[in-house]
Formats: sequence, C-alpha cells, structure tokens
Amino acid sequence: MELVTPGFGLIFWTTLTFLLLVFLLKKFAWGPILTAVKDREESIDNALKSAEKAREEMKNLQADNEKILAEARAERDAMLKEGRELRDKTIDGAKEAAKAEAEKMIENAREQIEMQKRAAMTELKNQVAALSIDMAEKILRKELADAKKQEALINEMLEDIK
Amino acid sequence: MHRNIFFTIITAFAISFGNAQEHEHITSDLAASDLDTHEDEDINAVIMHHIGDSYDWHLFDWKGHPVSVSLPVIVYTNKGGLSVFSSSAFHHDDAGKEVVEVNGQRFVKYHEKIYLASQSANEDGVYLDLDEEHHALNARPIDVSITKNVASLFVTAILMLIIILPAANYYKRNGSGVAPKGMASFLEPLIVFVRDEIALQNIGHKHYNRFVPYLLSLFFFIWIANMLGLIPFIPGGANLSGNIAFTMVLAVLSLIIVNVNGKKDYWKHIFWMPGVPVPVRILLAPIELVSVFAKPFALMIRLFANMTAGHIVILSLISLIFVLDSIWVSPAAIILTLFIFIIKVLVALLQAYIFALLTALFIGQAVEEHEHH
Repeated sequence: MELVTPGFGLIFWTTLTFLLLVFLLKKFAWGPILTAVKDREESIDNALKSAEKAREEMKNLQADNEKILAEARAERDAMLKEGRELRDKTIDGAKEAAKAEAEKMIENAREQIEMQKRAAMTELKNQVAALSIDMAEKILRKELADAKKQEALINEMLEDIK
Repeated sequence: MHRNIFFTIITAFAISFGNAQEHEHITSDLAASDLDTHEDEDINAVIMHHIGDSYDWHLFDWKGHPVSVSLPVIVYTNKGGLSVFSSSAFHHDDAGKEVVEVNGQRFVKYHEKIYLASQSANEDGVYLDLDEEHHALNARPIDVSITKNVASLFVTAILMLIIILPAANYYKRNGSGVAPKGMASFLEPLIVFVRDEIALQNIGHKHYNRFVPYLLSLFFFIWIANMLGLIPFIPGGANLSGNIAFTMVLAVLSLIIVNVNGKKDYWKHIFWMPGVPVPVRILLAPIELVSVFAKPFALMIRLFANMTAGHIVILSLISLIFVLDSIWVSPAAIILTLFIFIIKVLVALLQAYIFALLTALFIGQAVEEHEHH
C-alpha cells in the first residue's frame, strides 16, 4: 500500500522541476534546435529542388543544342543542294547556249554554203550559157558556110514550128 | 561551468558521514547474515526499502556503519512554520527513537517518514503511538524534504540541461548550415524521431508543432530518470521513475494537456457519440468519461509498475544468494541479474518512448477534427 501512495513532497518537487525544465528547455534548447533542424531540412530540400531544376535546364539546353545542330545541318544540306542545282543549271544553261550558238553557226554556214552554191551555180550556168552560145556560134558558122545547108535548116525549123 | 553548478548543489545537501552507534540499516543486517526465522520478511523489507524513498542517500557501509549523504529535511507545521534541518540530525535512526526539535516542534523519523513526536517515549523508547500492526498514529507535518528521490529528480533535471543546452548552443553558434557534431549529432536523430514519429504521426500536420517541445522534454526526462535508476550507486540508485508520485505528476500533466486542447469533436465523442442510437449514446457517455481518466491512469501505472517491477526482480535475484545462504548461487544470480539489467536498459528507453507516444496519441485524438459521420 505504501508503494502506491504518492507522497506530497515528491509530487510538489516533480511538478515544480519538470515544469521549470520544460519551460527552460523550450526557450533555450528545443526552440533553437527545432528551428535549426527545420531550416536545414528546408535548405536541403531547396538544394535538391534547384539541382533538379538545373538538370532540367541542362536537358533543355541539350535539346536546344541538338535542335540548333539539326538546323545547321539542314541549312548546310540546303545550301549544298542549292549549289548543286545552281551548278547544274549553269552547266545546262551553258550547254544550251553553246548548242544554240553552234546551231546558229551551222545555220549560218549552211546559208553561206547555199549562197555560195547558188552563186557558183549561177556562174556555172552563165559560163555554160556563154560556152553554149560560143559553141552554137561556132557550129552555126560552120553549118551555115554553104547556102544549101542554111536552107535545109530553115526548113527544118519551119517544120518544127508547124 | 555546468559541473560547478552540479557540485554546488550536491554540497548544498550538506554531506555528512554517518557515525551512528546504533542503526537499523537493513542492508548491513542482511550482509551480516544473522537472519534466521525472519529471513523472508527481512528480504522483503530490504527490497521495499531499496525501491522506496529515503531521507539520506546511502553510499556504502563501513565497518558496520552506514555512510550516506544527508539530505535536507523541509517540513511545515501550522504552529512551528517552516523547519529546515539536515537528516543527519536523526543519526540514522528510523525507529522513531531520536527526537529532533526545531522551531519548537519535535520530529521523529519512523520507517522513512517524519512524524510529530509524542510527548513521551513508550516502553521501547519510541516517541510514537503505534497500533497493533506497528503503524504510527501520530500526525505528520507537510513534508517537502529533499529526499533521495527529489535529489535524484534534481540530478535528472541538471543532467538534461548539461546534455541538451550545449547541443542547443552548437546550433545557435553555427546556424543551420552545418552538420551536427558531438552531443548535437547524438541528440538530433532522437529529436527528429520524437518530432516525426511520435508527434507528427499521432497529432497530425496541423497541430503537432506546438506539442513537440513538451513531448521532447517528457521523453528525455523519463529516459534519463529511468537510466539513473539503473545506476546502483550515487548519483543513481533512487527509484525515481518507479515512484507513483513521479509518474502521477507526468500522467496528470498529460491529462491536463489532452483535455485543455480537446476540440469540439473530442467532447462530442465523449458525451454524445455520433452515429449510434440515443440509448447507446446515454450508455456510452459515462464509459467515455471514465476513459478520459483511465488513459492517464494507465500511463501512471505502466511506468510505475515497469520500473518498480524491474528493480524488484533485480533485487530478488541478488537476494537469492542470501535466501539460499550459499556463495555458489552467486554466478547464476549474477548472470540472471545481468540479463535483467540489459532488458531494463531497453525498457528504460522503451517506457520513455511509450509514455511520450501515448501522450501524443491522446493529444492527437483530442485535437482531431472529423469531417463527417
């Protein structure tokens, strides 16, 4: 029975001491410790969050780089293509021009040849005509040397006209 | 610096070594091994004496005389007012034979209690009126003496300040940016554990913050008091946390804190339980009302019984040597005692945890707000 009868003295001192202890520790120990621990937890939390953010940014940056690189590559390809096209076009143009020129020259040449041919033919004709007239003159002179023959001829010719 | 305060207080308890010629010290009786018929009763008395309170802090026996630290006796009587004197004034008498007169009041000590002495001694030289079962009938003064338990209480409180304040200073000095070192690194996991696992888990996010300092104080207070109780010599050796007065104060404080913070829902659940028929509500109200007091009562009994039972088991195992009156029992007794001791170290922490946990749980029930029923 003695064991389970609380004594007044110990109740008094325990209450006093414990309440004083709670007050002192709350003011001088738990307050600062809990604040410091909480602050540290928050700063760790923030650090983790900002690291996560940095990683995200890094990722974005990398994606951006990739994009820029792809763009550059595309641009280079486009430029190369354009160059190739330009080159082809130039060559084609040149070919075309050369061909036209050649044809023109050929045409000219042909015309010249034709002209010269025609001139030559005219001359030839003229010469043949002159030669023929010469020969005809000579033949006529010879044929018409006797009067009989002249008469025969005139008759023949008249015959023809008839 | 803290150490100086500690020693000042210790010396304030007026160390005086006993030189009593005739004493009734039970330990020395037991050691003298001259027990015959009353052996069992005496061992009971020894155990009860060890787990009880006392007006001086026994250190050891020297040549048959007890050597102890005398503690201040502080008593109040209506006639004589406040009387303060050293317990050495009783000269180790515990049978009511030595009368101490202070402020015109006459005091005797009988079975570790102070009584107002009778005018004259009876035939045994005892200044008390005793009934047939040797219980004193004399009036008692209001007794707020610094007994062994009270001294142990002060040691506990000072030890807490010595341990915790430097850790707090570490944080104040270094701010929150640095990792804890020394005592702070020992305390921080415990503090975080109490905050997260005891307070936050049971009270909830909204209210837990304001109870954390109390729960921390409670946890460390009980733990250190329990551990001091396990040390067999000064500054331990007192059965402070196994004293019903000590556990009662802590339980009553829990009761007050829980009910002062009780929200509308808490009281509604006690007096007018929602969701059940009216007759059941009427039936439940007294039961719930009893449970309001039963919860802290259980807290009080649990800590008291655990600590006291442990002490009794240890003392009983050691007493086996004297009961069986053989030195050959000692190895077994010592091994068993060691085993119980190790369990007690665990129990010391466990009981502190359970007391704080249940207090937090009850606070959590009181501040909880239900959304629907």
